[in-house]
Amino acid sequence: MVKQYSLEEGVLLKVEDLVVKFYTYAGVVHAVSGVSFYVKEGETIALVGETGCGKTVTTRAITRLIESPGRIESGVALFRRRDGSIVDLLRVDEDVLRKIRGDEIAYVFQDPTSALDPLYTIGFHIYETMKAHRPAITKKVAFKKAIELLRQVLIPSPETRVKNYPHEMSGGMRQRSVIAISLSNLPRLLIADEPTTNLDVTIQAQILDLLKRLQVENKIGMILITHNLGIVAENADRVYIMYAGKIVEEGVTEQIFYNPQHPYTKLLLRAVPDPTKRVEKLEAIPGTIPSLIDPPPGCKFHPRCPFATEKCTREEPPFFNVEPQHRAACWLLERR
Amino acid sequence: MSSDVLLEVKGLKKYFRVRGSLFKKVRAVDGVDLYIRRGETLGVVGESGCGKTTLGRLVLRLIDPTSGRIFFENMDITKLKGRKLREYWRHAQMVFQDPHTSLNPKMTIASILLEPIRQHKLEVGDEEEFLTKQMELVGLGREHLYRYPHELSGGQKQRVAILRAIITRPKFVVLDEPTSSLDVSVQAQILELLKDLQRKLSLTYMFISHDIAVVKYMSTRMAVMYLGKIVEVGLSDDLFEKPYHPYTRFLLSAVPIPDPKVARSRQRLVIQGEPPSPINPPPGCRFHTRCPFVMDVCKKMEPPLVEVEGGRQVACWLFAKR
Repeated sequence: MVKQYSLEEGVLLKVEDLVVKFYTYAGVVHAVSGVSFYVKEGETIALVGETGCGKTVTTRAITRLIESPGRIESGVALFRRRDGSIVDLLRVDEDVLRKIRGDEIAYVFQDPTSALDPLYTIGFHIYETMKAHRPAITKKVAFKKAIELLRQVLIPSPETRVKNYPHEMSGGMRQRSVIAISLSNLPRLLIADEPTTNLDVTIQAQILDLLKRLQVENKIGMILITHNLGIVAENADRVYIMYAGKIVEEGVTEQIFYNPQHPYTKLLLRAVPDPTKRVEKLEAIPGTIPSLIDPPPGCKFHPRCPFATEKCTREEPPFFNVEPQHRAACWLLERR
Repeated sequence: MSSDVLLEVKGLKKYFRVRGSLFKKVRAVDGVDLYIRRGETLGVVGESGCGKTTLGRLVLRLIDPTSGRIFFENMDITKLKGRKLREYWRHAQMVFQDPHTSLNPKMTIASILLEPIRQHKLEVGDEEEFLTKQMELVGLGREHLYRYPHELSGGQKQRVAILRAIITRPKFVVLDEPTSSLDVSVQAQILELLKDLQRKLSLTYMFISHDIAVVKYMSTRMAVMYLGKIVEVGLSDDLFEKPYHPYTRFLLSAVPIPDPKVARSRQRLVIQGEPPSPINPPPGCRFHTRCPFVMDVCKKMEPPLVEVEGGRQVACWLFAKR
């Protein structure tokens, strides 16, 4: 029996109460504990957080790319497919999921060097990706398309570059090739996990501009994972701030930047220097990220929070609405 | 040279040989002139491969320059050797990017910190008492002294690396991407710590980073490098507000601004492509192959670094008198 799912108009992906745990020898790591978010068609959302906050695990769990000792414990991930049908990615058959991965949902990972196979040319990578989803395609046609894709991602002289091996390219060019591969089947959802972290700012700007343009042209929904608030301000429509495996605040980009509510968001925004302003002092958040094996009780941020009360140490705060689309999980908002 | 200049380099060059070739050379640093005043922070920015790290290592004499001269407190240190060079290192130190690899995993924090003390034969009295006091300076405690690096977090390790650099009370510290491997909240802690130490111990910094926002926040003056050369130097605030050199303008306009309204309303100067290879840099101005304002002279002659306004020097034919 096929279960019927429904999604609001225009919503591409909706994740609810995702829980992922890793069963290690040191103990159970609560990597993602109840994360919910959605992506609309053609929209860019940003998942923001520091190392180990669970942002990468969250996006990998969407297409069940979690390997042992990790396990997706619970949650729902509804995805609207190209043909209009709606599936729960966490429960759908593996062969259906395999059709979705790389075709309707594509990933761009942080490190382009490990994402590319050193034994194959860039053209072959693209051919392989297309072939996996369209077995009828010939190498000749695929290579022609590959050249077109490489041109789209602004690789100079794509006719010769298509025959290059990864080691023959610079880091920036490799990352652009990875983007070309991810776009080879025109996905509906693109998950970009720190796509520019190892690149120079000038290349970073080129790649982000490029992603934005391709996304608008093709109405691709995008999940942008980053810790760089500048990139968020420039590219995201909506923002989710993550801390220790939970979303602590979400809202439209302007709401998050101009009216942050959660103390973590506030401190994070004051911890990064804004080069257009004359900043006297950066706000350093005291302490470090808690261990996810033994997370603190109550609000996970309370050991570092300057406003923590006794209640924060006991009870976990639910979301409180701030304005339309804007909510934060902090007890300080309770009485409003 | 005025007495408030702590370090000065003139015509500094460093060429690296390319393996497997007799003639090919990487011109990592290719004729750099600059000075650093006492108590200031000179920021050095540029893309990977522009030679900023090589420059930092050269001024500390960790590598020998191909040509050019380095002066520290008016003394020529270009050719220092042996004991004299070690004496220089007591006054000039370095903090590296990655504290995970710059601290010896087999040594306790205490022995890591005592090494420079022994090396320079400094008298410190009771070692534990001394180290505890020093640890407080960087926000660590006695309890960390007998731990190994792997038992500390990234931020704590970088605190140890900083303390090791300043424990001999140097006058000058080169900070090479000191916060690049850290998270933003920890980065802010380390940056504030560095500023605090600079005030307390009257240190002079050379702050090398590809993160222009961080450099601008930390530095008094800022130097922009492109393919082994300095293309622009000036007061950081002024330079960011009004860059002259086309490359500086291009570089600064690519920096993401953490303010949605500003970020989305500003015009980005778009220049495609990547820097050419430093093995065979273009003749004339090195930026001419990508520069939107290129003129004939740029292809033939190298522009000198000239002063265009108070304290601002630019190497570009648009601003040089021919």
